[in-house]
Amino acid sequence: MIASLALILLAQLLGEAIARGAGVPIPGPVIGMGLMFAFLLLRDTARIGLPRYLPKALTDGTLETTARGLLMNLSLMFVPAGVGVVGRLDLLRAQGPKLAIVLVVSTALSLLVTVLVFRAVAALVEPPGTDGEP
Amino acid sequence: MGGDFSLWVYLAKTPLLWLTVTLTAYVLADRIAAVTGRHPIANPVLITVTLVGGILAATGTPYPVYFEGAQFVHFLLGPATVVLAMPLYERRATVRRALIPMLTALAAGAATTLAVVIGLARLLDIPQPILVSLAPKSVTSGVAMGIAEALGGDPTLTAILVILTGIIGAILVTPMMNALGIRDMRARGFAAGLAAHGIGTARAFQVSEVAGTFAGIAMGLNAFLTAILAPLALHLLF
Repeated sequence: MIASLALILLAQLLGEAIARGAGVPIPGPVIGMGLMFAFLLLRDTARIGLPRYLPKALTDGTLETTARGLLMNLSLMFVPAGVGVVGRLDLLRAQGPKLAIVLVVSTALSLLVTVLVFRAVAALVEPPGTDGEP
Repeated sequence: MGGDFSLWVYLAKTPLLWLTVTLTAYVLADRIAAVTGRHPIANPVLITVTLVGGILAATGTPYPVYFEGAQFVHFLLGPATVVLAMPLYERRATVRRALIPMLTALAAGAATTLAVVIGLARLLDIPQPILVSLAPKSVTSGVAMGIAEALGGDPTLTAILVILTGIIGAILVTPMMNALGIRDMRARGFAAGLAAHGIGTARAFQVSEVAGTFAGIAMGLNAFLTAILAPLALHLLF
């Protein structure tokens, strides 16, 4: 558990350092996600035999359980920032109805265009019958 | 009375109280969402925010005092983003096969969002500083705030608009996709992550793990693309 958390934080820390150091517009945790992905690839490459040198928690499924626990409760993590909205409703009041229109219409169109383009291109390049999981 | 007051002084000084309130409200909200069969309107973020916001208003607690305790939960957003690598890794074959539809949908979705937001805001005469704060609203909050700041917008306003967009997207996505008859969980998840970042991703994970995986990818890719496109779009459409 602790080894898993340490690894996750280490990936985020390195990601943050890379983002700030190189001045790239990608958020640190997203780079950390890439680093974690690379770690998993290396861990499971039999040729290198990395698992021999790693703490057991990183290879016996504890890392996966920790990750799943965090992802199952992703909603919780938006609460502190979300509560800030309640405290600043006055800021929105002047432009409220207009902002509501912009937010709802643009979010709906964004969902619509993304899903339709995804399906249209998938239908073009994939053999018929492919629908998510093989 | 004196005893009550010293208890309040103690609680107000440690993170214990607001951390407990946040977690308890979330557990309650999650129960409510489960009772409704995870109905889109019963969005856990929306319910928890309403509950906690009500408690803060009733006790006259300023937001910074609340955040002092709740920041530990807020901090977990970073680690949660890192572990999105896990479903991505486990389903990498599925993801690799969908690379072309994903990248095309990303370009179309990001461009549409920016064009609609800027076009509509101009049509409705929304003042320039607010418009600039609106432009990156589909991107995850940390990046969106950075984009708004670089363009001369108001990062606090952007954070609010980002959260509202996430909740709107998470509520809209399931009924919309069902109405369109789209069963491909990759496409549904990808749209949710692109339009509604982490809150859309949280919703997608509730529906299916494939949808959640694709939502996480869309969120990461859109953060990158919008950071590049937003300044261009504002320049072109103004």
